[in-house]
Amino acid sequence: MTELIPAPVPLRVIGTPLNRVDGHAKVTGSAAYAVEHPLEHADGPLHAWMVQSTVAKGRITEVDAAAALAQPGVVTVLHHGNAPRLSDTEDRELTVLQDDEVGFRGQVVACVVAESPEAAREGAALVRVTYDEEPHRVEMTLDTERYTPDKVNPAYPTDTEDGDVEAALGDAEVVVDQTYRTPYEHNNPMEPHATMAVWHDQHDGPRLLLYDSTQSVHSVASTLGSVMGIERSRVHVVAPHVGGGFGSKGLPHCHVVVAALAARAHSGRPVKLAMTRQQMFALAGYRTATIQRIRLGADRDGQLAATDHTVVEQTSAIKEFAEQTATITRMMYASPARRTRHRLVALDVAVPSWMRAPGEMPGSVGLEMAMDELAYACGVDPVVLRERNDTDVDPGSGKPFNNRRLVECLHRGAERFGWSDRPVEPRSLQDGEWWVGTGVASSTYPAYVMPGNSATVRALPEGRYAVTIGAVDIGTGAWTVLTQIAADALACPLEAVELGIGDSSLPSASVAGGSSGTSSWGSAIVAAAQAFREEHGADPAPGDTTTASPETVPAREEHSMHSFGAVFARARVHRYTGEIRIPRLLGVYSVGRVVNPTTARSQLIGGLTMGLGAALFEESYRDPRFGHVVTQDLATYHVAAHADVLDVDAEWLDEEDTLATPMGSRGIGEIGIVGTAAAVANATYHATGVRVRELPVTADRFL
Amino acid sequence: MRQLEYRRPADASDAVALVSGDPDAAFLAGGSNLVDHLKLGVASPGLLVDVTRLPLDTMEVYDDRLRVGANVRNSDLAAHPVIRARYPVVARALLAGASGQIRHQATTAGNLLQRTRCVYFQDVTTPCNKRDPGSGCSAVEGYGRYNAILGTSPECVAVHPSDLAVALSAVDAVAVVLGADGERRIQIADLHRLPGDRPDRDTVLQHGDLITAVELPRLEVARWSTYHKVRDRASYAFALVSVAAALELDGDGAVRDVRLAWGGVAHKPWRASRVEVALRGQQFTTELLREAMEEELAAAVTGEENEFKVSMVRNTTEHVLEQLALQSSTRGATGGAG
Repeated sequence: MTELIPAPVPLRVIGTPLNRVDGHAKVTGSAAYAVEHPLEHADGPLHAWMVQSTVAKGRITEVDAAAALAQPGVVTVLHHGNAPRLSDTEDRELTVLQDDEVGFRGQVVACVVAESPEAAREGAALVRVTYDEEPHRVEMTLDTERYTPDKVNPAYPTDTEDGDVEAALGDAEVVVDQTYRTPYEHNNPMEPHATMAVWHDQHDGPRLLLYDSTQSVHSVASTLGSVMGIERSRVHVVAPHVGGGFGSKGLPHCHVVVAALAARAHSGRPVKLAMTRQQMFALAGYRTATIQRIRLGADRDGQLAATDHTVVEQTSAIKEFAEQTATITRMMYASPARRTRHRLVALDVAVPSWMRAPGEMPGSVGLEMAMDELAYACGVDPVVLRERNDTDVDPGSGKPFNNRRLVECLHRGAERFGWSDRPVEPRSLQDGEWWVGTGVASSTYPAYVMPGNSATVRALPEGRYAVTIGAVDIGTGAWTVLTQIAADALACPLEAVELGIGDSSLPSASVAGGSSGTSSWGSAIVAAAQAFREEHGADPAPGDTTTASPETVPAREEHSMHSFGAVFARARVHRYTGEIRIPRLLGVYSVGRVVNPTTARSQLIGGLTMGLGAALFEESYRDPRFGHVVTQDLATYHVAAHADVLDVDAEWLDEEDTLATPMGSRGIGEIGIVGTAAAVANATYHATGVRVRELPVTADRFL
Repeated sequence: MRQLEYRRPADASDAVALVSGDPDAAFLAGGSNLVDHLKLGVASPGLLVDVTRLPLDTMEVYDDRLRVGANVRNSDLAAHPVIRARYPVVARALLAGASGQIRHQATTAGNLLQRTRCVYFQDVTTPCNKRDPGSGCSAVEGYGRYNAILGTSPECVAVHPSDLAVALSAVDAVAVVLGADGERRIQIADLHRLPGDRPDRDTVLQHGDLITAVELPRLEVARWSTYHKVRDRASYAFALVSVAAALELDGDGAVRDVRLAWGGVAHKPWRASRVEVALRGQQFTTELLREAMEEELAAAVTGEENEFKVSMVRNTTEHVLEQLALQSSTRGATGGAG
């Protein structure tokens, strides 16, 4: 395999609004998702249904499967007493059906395998599990015992400190010292987590084939290989289409292991396992709640002298996940003295994980609400305040930013939004029975490009090219933008590219996460195309093949790589009922070159919409007596509905960033949610004069 | 899998006989609530009696009343010109409920007989007296944002979720019920029960009773009516509180007639009769309304998570009645009602 630093790509179709190449298949229903794949077997597939614990902590004393096994159609009931052994049990989330320990309510304690999903579900309801229950701890408060993790997700320092924060706060003319809270949130992609597993026992050993709804076929292959105790190359993972993930499909969860265990005894026969929506609230990851104390010290003009961001958040006692909530405060604004700290509370609860912009999303809620409070405290316009604290150098790393255009985003947004028309005083604008106000927040997201990506270009007859990489399109448009990148990198027509993705037998690719997919996979495709031309020229023979991997541009390491944006919101708050409506939401972004304006717009307004939902609706209610989330369906866990999404728009600055990628692009999947909830909350303050420091901001706060 | 018998009787009395004769039977109409319950394990009938093919899907307009067949779909009822003109509160309540797809599927009687969306009622792993009598109420000290504030019992704090029921109770509508012993009529305001010590019983209906129609009496004040549903999400959410109201003032600003019912506050639509009595015949003033509401809400029992409902229903009622009063006086000034 060749390794090279790819040169910037001459543009032809990159930057044009190509419709989704998979759009027709999706809207006509012919695109197959995980468990929809037709697999040939004389008896058809088997169906697995998970049985979940009804205690939060304890030990299983008995699994009585008799009634379940008596159900017509039920084939087996797997539990810790009879399931095949896993070879790697280090990850307690994935260690299912291996022992009698229960670490959280909703944990998988048995699995019913049956000839139909109905029989499996009914069988699961009939499995009687008895427990030796132990006291559980499932509530996070400021009084709960906490600890300091070694690092925060994925590998940032837990704490940072520069300068004398206490002294600077003591000397500051204006101090904001407030506590902000964000709730538990669940990712809730449209397609539930689902997987179809089939084992093939061959002369050289077993092979495992998985059709999985995942953001990373390669990480599922390596994780399942390790857990099941077979070579990674003997696990084949396929995911041509995935109905959303928002981080919850970034790593395999336990259901994939359950499906593999359930299928193990039925060589050659597929086993389908699809989670219910309710199960997703216990088994598919979620965003931790946070309690953030923020102290800002500034002079009367709002120039920051000190920032202190201390976060208390939770993890599961069985597996640590430390959300990097305060990392945004390390780089966002110039401030001579800075401190950030993360503390974790370990509870007997389901395992939290990535949810769209882990860290930046909740962190921006605290920081950008605190900045709004500072603006009012200083009598400085909130846009001007942010401009005043802008910096060309990342205060945390000391490196210059690659391309920090936050102030331009703020100015362009303010101009389009008509920001200057707003009254300075809160609670001073009424329209009929509605209070009206506007709010702003800054946004940012790191420009990640992941290592470990490679792509293959193979010449086909008639001037066509097969371009392959084990990437995944989780609904973002990867099929489309990677086709565009390949066409330009090969200097061939779009129609000449046959893209192959969504398969772990294709070259190594990193996760569709961290807004890094297009950057990482695209760079690999460009590297492979350029190496291919170098090797085989402009007129290759069919079969000519090159695989290549991109090397990092050295100058990238010398910069702090980030995208930026500014979000503006208008809020209406009903004088009598307290109801909040958001008639307008605008994000202006600096994200490098936009590869495809159609799919990019959808990512950005999707992020804005999810941020709107986080601001006003989303909250998972964990009942402390039971230990599980009781708002466990889409009727009680509210995301934004169509009627909530009015004028939501996004635009981007014209730019390119060849330090980031040879396409000149940076990632766009997550920046839309960052800062948005704060902009909305800040707008409700401007409308009403009531500051709500806790999400979601709901009608009862304004009565 | 669980075996389930399914029957499609030819007429209403056959349907009633089938369900009356089998304690394990249930009527199936639009299915938008019952089918969820089958999947969740909340309900497990052995026999489903499908009433959707019965000829109960017509609307008949008489001089003194409007008769709505039990199977009339929510979307058709909301769009009916007589409903829109004479009972706007009913049209607005329907359109404030569910989603377009569900309104196309759900029936008039089914809407009235849908069950609470209390999260514990729908989660078979938690105690719930309504689903499993005697097991306890998880909601009293649990997730409380939607809990009832009026007429609760220690056994149950669930609210009835129907918007339509609130509007119909405000306009004195009547359910026509066919039972094993023949037909009878029940005021919608009396159809649903307070939980007391039998929260498993939502309504006064006996097992096997079938609502065949809903009748709306001719009611002049209903022309001047509206429905205001308060919720965090702009659509597709159950009410935090809701207000169904009708008001007509005479030329001097005195209350000629008034109707007021609240949703989201109790195990049944809450007809605010004390407020109606206090207002009727009096000069309409916000002060008088507030006094009357204090009396109506005096018995409210709240927890930390739902105490907001008291001020929310009060504020919303004030807003709605002030608007209706304003419209009434404007009509008076421009020559009266159409």
